[in-house]
Amino acid sequence: MKVTDELIDYVSSLARLSLSDDEKAKIKDEISKIIDYMDILNQVDTADVEPMSHVLPVTNVFRKDEVVPSYDRDAILANAPDSDEGAFRVPKTVE
Amino acid sequence: MKYEMVVGLEVHVELATKTKIFCSCTTEFGGEPNTHCCPICTGMPGVLPVLNEKVVEFAVAVGLATNCDITPYGKFDRKNYFYPDLPKAYQVSQLYLPICRNGYLEIEGEGFQKKIGIHEIHMEEDAGKLIHDPIFDATLADYNRCGVPLIEIVSEPDFRSAAEVIAYLENLKSILQYLGVSDCKMQEGSLRADINLSVRPEGQEEFGTRTEMKNMNSFRAIARAIESERKRQIEVLEDGGKVIQQTRRWDDNAGKSTAMRSKEDAQDYRYFPEPDLAPVVISDEWKESIRRSLPMLPKERKEQYIEKYGLSQYDAGIIVGIKALADYFEEVNHICDNPKEVANWLLGDFMRLAKEGEEDSFNLLLDAAKLADIINMVRDGVINRNTAKKVFAEVWHDNLDPKAYVEEHNLAMVGDDNLIKDAVMKVLENHPKTVEEYKGGKEKVLGFLVGQCMKELKGKADPGTVNQLLREMLNQ
Amino acid sequence: MQTYQMTPLELGAKIKAKEIGVEELTAYYLNRIDAVDSDVSAFLRAEKEYAMKEAAEVQTKIDHGTLDSPLAGVPYGIKDNICTLGLETTCASKILSGFQPPYDATLVTKLKENGNVILGKTNMDEFAMGSTTETSYDGITKNPWDLSHVPGGSSGGSAAAVAGREVPFAIGSDTGGSIRQPASYCGVTGMKPTYGTVSRFGLIAYGSSLDQMGPVAPTAKDCAAILDLIMGKDPKDSTSMGMDGTMMDTIDDGAKGLKIGIPTSYFGDGLDGEVKDHVLAAAKLLADHGAEVEEFDLAMVEYAVPAYYIIASAEASSNLSRYDGVKYGYRSEDAEGLRDLYLKTRTEGFGSEVKKRIMLGAFALSSGYYDAYYNKALQVKALIKKSFDEAFAKYDVILGPVAPATAPKIGDSLKDPLKMYLSDIYTVSVNLAGLPGISLPCGFDGNGLPIGVQMIGNAFHDAIVLRAANAYQQLTDFHKQIPEIAMKGAE
Repeated sequence: MKVTDELIDYVSSLARLSLSDDEKAKIKDEISKIIDYMDILNQVDTADVEPMSHVLPVTNVFRKDEVVPSYDRDAILANAPDSDEGAFRVPKTVE
Repeated sequence: MKYEMVVGLEVHVELATKTKIFCSCTTEFGGEPNTHCCPICTGMPGVLPVLNEKVVEFAVAVGLATNCDITPYGKFDRKNYFYPDLPKAYQVSQLYLPICRNGYLEIEGEGFQKKIGIHEIHMEEDAGKLIHDPIFDATLADYNRCGVPLIEIVSEPDFRSAAEVIAYLENLKSILQYLGVSDCKMQEGSLRADINLSVRPEGQEEFGTRTEMKNMNSFRAIARAIESERKRQIEVLEDGGKVIQQTRRWDDNAGKSTAMRSKEDAQDYRYFPEPDLAPVVISDEWKESIRRSLPMLPKERKEQYIEKYGLSQYDAGIIVGIKALADYFEEVNHICDNPKEVANWLLGDFMRLAKEGEEDSFNLLLDAAKLADIINMVRDGVINRNTAKKVFAEVWHDNLDPKAYVEEHNLAMVGDDNLIKDAVMKVLENHPKTVEEYKGGKEKVLGFLVGQCMKELKGKADPGTVNQLLREMLNQ
Repeated sequence: MQTYQMTPLELGAKIKAKEIGVEELTAYYLNRIDAVDSDVSAFLRAEKEYAMKEAAEVQTKIDHGTLDSPLAGVPYGIKDNICTLGLETTCASKILSGFQPPYDATLVTKLKENGNVILGKTNMDEFAMGSTTETSYDGITKNPWDLSHVPGGSSGGSAAAVAGREVPFAIGSDTGGSIRQPASYCGVTGMKPTYGTVSRFGLIAYGSSLDQMGPVAPTAKDCAAILDLIMGKDPKDSTSMGMDGTMMDTIDDGAKGLKIGIPTSYFGDGLDGEVKDHVLAAAKLLADHGAEVEEFDLAMVEYAVPAYYIIASAEASSNLSRYDGVKYGYRSEDAEGLRDLYLKTRTEGFGSEVKKRIMLGAFALSSGYYDAYYNKALQVKALIKKSFDEAFAKYDVILGPVAPATAPKIGDSLKDPLKMYLSDIYTVSVNLAGLPGISLPCGFDGNGLPIGVQMIGNAFHDAIVLRAANAYQQLTDFHKQIPEIAMKGAE
């Protein structure tokens, strides 16, 4: 398939990345080649194949509904670039 | 032109588990910001989710109570989007194989009795809370609510009026409360309903363009929002315009909605199977054991109240509709074994007092045993009905002991006939004219005389006894 | 014999025999890191203070007789994508700079309980995305056998540190070959166990359905001993599973009776001649010692790389979304508004290979492409698993190359990314199918660079893979070869 500038813009916006023109051109070129190559998967007949998301036969892994004390707030916030009043601070959200 | 409204509902219910869906932090409401948190619910690198078994059991219970098919092999999926209330930048939810599908709820009300289809119920995690920081004009993120388990109950677009929506929500809420899976407090956000609404010319089969409405925190607000949006859409169409598909935010104070600023990006959530969680397999055995453990649901309980207790349809409906009230009813009745009398009590002043306070709240301030005491005191002739009502009003608020109250205030009825006779004599002596009138055939003055006797006895006598003694003495 | 020439098991025995103290040994290796790493740059950070403190505690426990592991007291290096309580953990990425996890990975906890001391965090490709350790934000690691060549990747730091004998052993992670390929390039033994047998709790995710941690050590027997310490079901990892028995139980059972399959499709075009010869010679040696070796046709080989890159990138695009400048790590300083904060933080914080894979993954999951790419890849994965199932109905072990060639020169690989991806052809299918795979040295090319052979087993048959590898190492001494640069630390 053809990788367009629009597709690159769309995907980088979804991924919250803003690329310089140079970077964009390079990534577009590389992604084009890789996607072209990935298209060989179309040779495989998968009509009746169930997609396999989990490779191991593990099901029903549960936890009991029992409270464990939470972490100290200081430990939760220790790595935050910006925090205030016990909370993570971010630029104002819309609305 | 006449228009028909079409509404579908997405109801989010916070489950009343002790711990979060994927970690062992408490789900307790409130708390200082970020004190109910761990590396898992704050999305730190390298951590993994482990599913709370109770969440599955609760979701299956709701599915069974709403006539759903239970998915034998279900999975979780990731819904990807960036927002500061979502620390992993994805919400673990269920898209492809939700736990319940294809159910329905029956509703009835004035002019309708119908089934509302339930498209699916899925399990997911709640997001955190964002608080405005006025000093820095910034936003503060509190992740206490992150990971609190939710089920989302998605209805089919089967509603045609606000009344139907409210009937459905009331029914659903009472089922959820009977199951004990949620406290359903709209004010605390543990029950949230989003409305999908469109209008179409009557007779047209094709649906109109729909909008989604958020931010209603009471049933009343939901009814108002529906009516407002119905009118708005019809006006748009009448003016030759087109309804735009958008999400709107209801402002209950202003009584209107506004379009939420459309996100700068297309909604492309890139769902895919959550690799960190194992599939959930619900065997028939497990399903049946959950079914067996279901408590009696409102519909069944209502039937029982009508048949076994002889309550009217209406009375049974009201009591059963509020689980706390029905439980209270059972408790009181268990002690005094007089269902009709108990029902009469609950549907009177009791109801008004219990609903005082915040909207949607229901507060039972008096112990059931104490109400039973009041009812029994009437039955035993200790106090009369009027006194009982007064006593109830006095003891309700502070959960006082009604027996002690009656004693303290000396409200017990005069049981000694001689005392009553003395009072009657006194009244007859003081009102010779009235006595003559009575004897002259004007029987209705008897009521006045009874009243005077009761006054003399400070209300503490059985009016029947007074009546009888009065007649006897007048006829002597 | 010099201390650094000893294997972890030999060192463990010396500690147990009180011939060497844990603190002495720890200090010894910290000195070796000082001496060797100035050339090799295998470490992002040596943690001297931490290591010496831990060593003292371990020695106390050994003195009290409370540790019975055969490796108690042996220090190790650990890849920087594995969380270590209080020790900076960055995935060699700017975006996680300064991040100090408030928790240990389950693997770290287990090794700590068994008396193993972390010497430092090893270099890697940024977020494990790469095959050369050149995409690290903190600079490249060099191959101890030839400093102008890469050590492989993404666990290049772990493999190079073991090769240079800067550590007795190291822990790496393997999403598409990231333990086995650098082990091969560096002439050491590296094992990716069956998916789920080592808890992923605390391993910073790249491709969650493929990621698995494992040991890098001089020998297969060391790997077995390490695996016995780190394997097991973990209540913190829903995808983890326990196994019966230990890896050491059958380690010495030898080559006799092993059924070994040689997939002909692994030896076609694109495989370097010298590599091919050495790998086939390894098969022959095992056959000479009682293994039944035969060629067979393994289906689906050519589809593994595209399926792998779609799945790994898709999962990565989601896993790496949490790096947004809000909770930890790097945050752009000149952002205006929330959206700008996300864009600038992520654009400045990630390197170009990571950005490319995030975008590739977002594409494969995006509306309109999900079925054609992501879902298709999951279907192909099912077929790849099936073709391995068929093979393991006949064979105990599949034997083949690890990589098409020996370690490339620094700077060569990144010029042609597609070629770099294709060089993962022999390793990625093992991850897709969740199988155990080991890489061990089987010779040197004309330039003196190590060549590795890969042995793959059926899921949960890790022990037989280790047995086969150990049988080979009992017959050869390639694993005993040590690069010259390791002498630097010997005084």
